[in-house]
Amino acid sequence: MKRMQTAYIAGGGLVERRSLLLGGISFLAASSINQAVSASEGNKIIGDDFPAWSRTLGGGDSAYGQPSRYEHKVGRKLQLPAAPENSGTTGWLTPVQDMRGSITPNGLHFGSHHFGVPDIDPEKHELLIHGMVDRPLKFSVENLLRYSMISSIRFLECSGNTAINGLAPFSGDESCQDLYGLVSCAQWVGIRVADLLGEAGLKNGSAWVIAEGADSGSHSRSIPLAKLMDDSIIAFYQNGERLRAEQGYPMRLLLPGWEGNTNVKYLHRLEVTDRPAYTGHESGLYAEHLTNDKMEGFSFTMDVKSVITHPSAGQLLEEKGFMKFLVWHGQVTARYRKWKFRQMKEKPGRLRNCIFPLVTKHLPIFPFPGNGMENPQSS
Amino acid sequence: MAGLMVSFTIHAEQFPVNLGTLLTEEEITRANITIYPDGQNLPNGQGSVLEGRKLYNDQCAFCHGESGTEGPAHRLAGSIGLFSIWDPLRIKRIMEVNGLLVMSTGQQWPYATTIFDFVRRAMPHPTAKSLSNNQVYAITGYILYLNDLVGEQDLIDKNNLPQIEMPAFKRFVHAQ
Ligand code: HEC
Repeated sequence: MKRMQTAYIAGGGLVERRSLLLGGISFLAASSINQAVSASEGNKIIGDDFPAWSRTLGGGDSAYGQPSRYEHKVGRKLQLPAAPENSGTTGWLTPVQDMRGSITPNGLHFGSHHFGVPDIDPEKHELLIHGMVDRPLKFSVENLLRYSMISSIRFLECSGNTAINGLAPFSGDESCQDLYGLVSCAQWVGIRVADLLGEAGLKNGSAWVIAEGADSGSHSRSIPLAKLMDDSIIAFYQNGERLRAEQGYPMRLLLPGWEGNTNVKYLHRLEVTDRPAYTGHESGLYAEHLTNDKMEGFSFTMDVKSVITHPSAGQLLEEKGFMKFLVWHGQVTARYRKWKFRQMKEKPGRLRNCIFPLVTKHLPIFPFPGNGMENPQSS
Repeated sequence: MAGLMVSFTIHAEQFPVNLGTLLTEEEITRANITIYPDGQNLPNGQGSVLEGRKLYNDQCAFCHGESGTEGPAHRLAGSIGLFSIWDPLRIKRIMEVNGLLVMSTGQQWPYATTIFDFVRRAMPHPTAKSLSNNQVYAITGYILYLNDLVGEQDLIDKNNLPQIEMPAFKRFVHAQ
């Protein structure tokens, strides 16, 4: 088929360019008859046909850009029930239902805090590595920024994400943000933990590392050494800029696919040992009740989850449009492989339409066509 | 089309930066506050359950409740009896109290040494790390007393704290 070309003509209509060219001669012949029309056309001010923002000079920009004011409703939301204000414990939920794409903007990244957000002066902050190492070392932030860094596009999820449905007696009729808002995804850039542990030199028998933050709770978790030597980084940059204070400025651990609480923020100390310390959080809050009367500690990986993000509570699917859903996983399990295989076999187009390539441990968003549907349940 | 960015990473092995400086023994001792279940790194000193009661009532009770059970912050003693996700009374129990008061430090944590470690590093809000080692022993003793794990006249120190068997010790399993 021949591509049609269109052109604008006075009066705002669109005509096909070919008919305009062919009709050119008769246009000329008729021109004297249409002088009155031309006169009024000469006086015309096009501004009348344009909106206000096309008629006045725009405003200034600013040192740190902000979202359009018309998007002011898109924001994080404090998790309820909120703990007492002086407790330092807060959860800030990402508006997953309003977002498209895999990367969560830094201002919308979920936050989960147990000891408030500390105000750390990077010039006075140090990273200590000691314990079962040949050379116990300390590093200034300034020096660490000179190291070779790698990029890692990873989702981060609080292990309490969706717990609201697990704890509540009945599944709640809540928005995607309320139920699933403790998951986000960013490009993290930082130093491989293995590089720094290598510089200190690991002693025989070392198997765990106690990672500790510089917040008021000196938050600490025992991490198996193998994970730190594998794909873990000490992140300094989040989506191109230095970490936000809420995300652990000046540096945090980033353990791909592992529960958020182990990704220690405000990282200050790595103590290499041969056994875990059974810190407060790994003993209680972050140990799971099993179906028997046991409690399971050191359960690090986030398993497969999926959810329809749009439409979710409060949103309608337009008569014609796309539903969007998210699938993520912290470890490549048999269940996930089976799911991916089924998708590739049955709905290859769906994977092609994925807004981001399927990379392990990040947040791909899938659109799929839908027809006027209201609040489908999340899965 | 958006520009394609190609970056080359030079790995640390090929170009070691090595900017760490040696830590002194003294620097390590000051920073190392991790306490292990076998008592490693517990400081000298001691505290009595009776002193602990006074300190607790002054500095902790208004968040954790006089008996350590009533909140509003995390429960420190006892539980409402929830032990399993399949507990037939789970729904009734959860509806009765807020999530932080279902289980407790005394019921969930497998080692008593963790109470000392956590209280010393993180409590009381908002003035963490303001208690002396003796005071932390005393308060740890009082929390154990609220859980019926030590007597009212007991003294707690680095030798007897790791000996206390917590109810959760037998229930705690490792994933993997
Ligand atoms: C202003 C309120 C407040 C005060 C005062 C306070 N706490 Fe806490 N406490 C909290 C909060 C909030 C947490 C949960 C911290 C977290 O999320 O890790 C907590 C956690 C704890 C825990 C761990 C609970 C668990 O099972 O996870 C212990 C033990 C504890 N506090 C002991 C104390 C002691 C001892 C004192 C007094 C010296 C004290 N607290 C004073 C608010 C308070």
